[in-house]
Amino acid sequence: MYQYDTYDQAMVDARVEEFRDQVRRRLAGHITEDQFKPLRLMNGLYLQLHAYMLRVAVPYGTLSGAQMRMLGDIADKYDRGYGHFTTRQNIQYNWIKLEDAPDILADLASVEMHAIQTSGNCIRNTTSDQYAGAAADEVVDPRPYAELIRQWSTFHPEFSFLPRKFKMAVIASDTDRAAMRLHDIGIQIVRNAAGEIGAAFYVGGGMGRTPMIAPCINAFVPIDQMITYAEACLRVYNRHGRRDNKYKARIKILVHELGKDEYTRQVEAEFAHLLTQNIEPPLAELERIKGFFADPAFEVGAPDVLDRSDPDFALWVDNNCLPHKQPGYIAVTISLKPVGGIPGDATGEQIRVMADLATRYSFDELRVTHAQNIVLPHVRKADLYALWQVLDANGLSTPNLDQIGDIIACPGLDYCSLANARSIPIAQKISQRFQGREQEIGELKLKISGCINACGHHHAGHIGILGVDRKGTENYQLLLGGCEGADTSLGQITGPGFDEDGIVDAVQRATDFYLSNKQDGERFLDTYRRLGMAPFKEAIYG
Amino acid sequence: MKILTGNDLKTGAVTWWDGVQWSLHVEDAVDVGDHAETILARESAARRVNAAYAIDATRDEQGVRPAHIKERIRALGPTVRPDLTLKPADPDAGNWVI
Repeated sequence: MYQYDTYDQAMVDARVEEFRDQVRRRLAGHITEDQFKPLRLMNGLYLQLHAYMLRVAVPYGTLSGAQMRMLGDIADKYDRGYGHFTTRQNIQYNWIKLEDAPDILADLASVEMHAIQTSGNCIRNTTSDQYAGAAADEVVDPRPYAELIRQWSTFHPEFSFLPRKFKMAVIASDTDRAAMRLHDIGIQIVRNAAGEIGAAFYVGGGMGRTPMIAPCINAFVPIDQMITYAEACLRVYNRHGRRDNKYKARIKILVHELGKDEYTRQVEAEFAHLLTQNIEPPLAELERIKGFFADPAFEVGAPDVLDRSDPDFALWVDNNCLPHKQPGYIAVTISLKPVGGIPGDATGEQIRVMADLATRYSFDELRVTHAQNIVLPHVRKADLYALWQVLDANGLSTPNLDQIGDIIACPGLDYCSLANARSIPIAQKISQRFQGREQEIGELKLKISGCINACGHHHAGHIGILGVDRKGTENYQLLLGGCEGADTSLGQITGPGFDEDGIVDAVQRATDFYLSNKQDGERFLDTYRRLGMAPFKEAIYG
Repeated sequence: MKILTGNDLKTGAVTWWDGVQWSLHVEDAVDVGDHAETILARESAARRVNAAYAIDATRDEQGVRPAHIKERIRALGPTVRPDLTLKPADPDAGNWVI
């Protein structure tokens, strides 16, 4: 994985000291909260419902064992013993003291991490496929391209005050595991008929109050022009994106209002101009970065069989493990969704356990997924049972990947100052209600947001739930038919909302209807797409 | 009644104006009537509170109860982690929020 050079480290260290001075001045009363707020937000420090919240960047979701271990130590040393992994492959701490924040950032910097650009109207952490470098279906490892984007977008002076926040995702396979088309810019690394590598640009996607699927505006940008093209996309947005109304300031609104063709025309014109300016990083830099993402030293001839005699282990393998490109290896997803648990939360001890397992069994590497789980990307099949036993002993062996209990949920009104309703209790009740029925129901991606900002990706859930404030009372809308993969679609609202218990009953009626009407091999989403909303609505509302 | 709430500058902890200083406990909150702006300006300037504002609340036999669920969650703590609330030993504490 990528390692900081002296410039990276110097920039991050300088930022820590700069923020330490800003905090000192705030605590001494030399600057007001209005002056301080944008400074702390630039360093990922929010003021949430109960305390300060620190959001730490995990570039493209990739972590080393030492970095993961530090995240666990921070949870215990500065927070209340846990952290929350987010849908943007980051981690958040909910109980941070302002006076501790500079020390936390210094600890993070010691393992090449930071919280820069995890807030504000800038280019946020670039996300990617959690199986990058392990998946058999990828054209190339997308992470070097994500890293190049990280370097380009960090402290980019022209894009530090965009009309609104800006999120990018990079994938390199047709199986979209990063919700790529629901980002401001989604990039798919592709290979053309001549065997050349390029970037397909999808621009203007997003969730929030106006969900949109990004259209492809250029199916093949030569890879040695990718940054220049991204710069052109951002320049047009920065020039024309609305700054008068924050609800219409995202690039998706600009692309929609201009129209894809006109937006593309302007981007291409800007791109042609920028090509004359030679702003593209030299290919040698991309090659240098690629060197950090070379395959680990896989054991050639590693045993390619598993002893499945332990039924609990076999169930977990079937549900949580993905075939690896290297014979004898497998990619493991650790579910952070125990039945009745809080999606995405892990204790400091659990975080350290996962770090140690990565060091011992996965070439010291972990990934955070946008579904709020953790991946050990490169595990020898011969080591899998021993690894599973450690997970099982630490409450980390829930076999429910992509099933109804593997719920994405935002922090909701239990933690978030923007939320209108609680998300986590709904997730807990649903996972408890369906305990033991996950295998029967099969793949069903359920996603819950506590407000219209859609951090819980409810638009993209096979079943989505949106919490709203109805005259001071929590109310939950139900959506069906969303999907974030290669066949991205947006969920549709079924009808009137429900109270806390009613929404769980409604989910059960929807899944019962699916089980009664599915055809062979159909997932919930397939049955919904075949039958449409009407019969599901009839089943839900009677 | 109108009560005042904010966060402690150093810790970020939720606090409530008790007429003299800022308390961690909503039951200590007092009705500030028409004096909210004056108190908030004075206390914010002195850095005794951060990001403070006035909210509606009621007082009944159980004490002071903010009108909105968001403020009740702020007053107690996350409903999904009773061990981290101000009343970890009270099994009914979460009911007060809802």
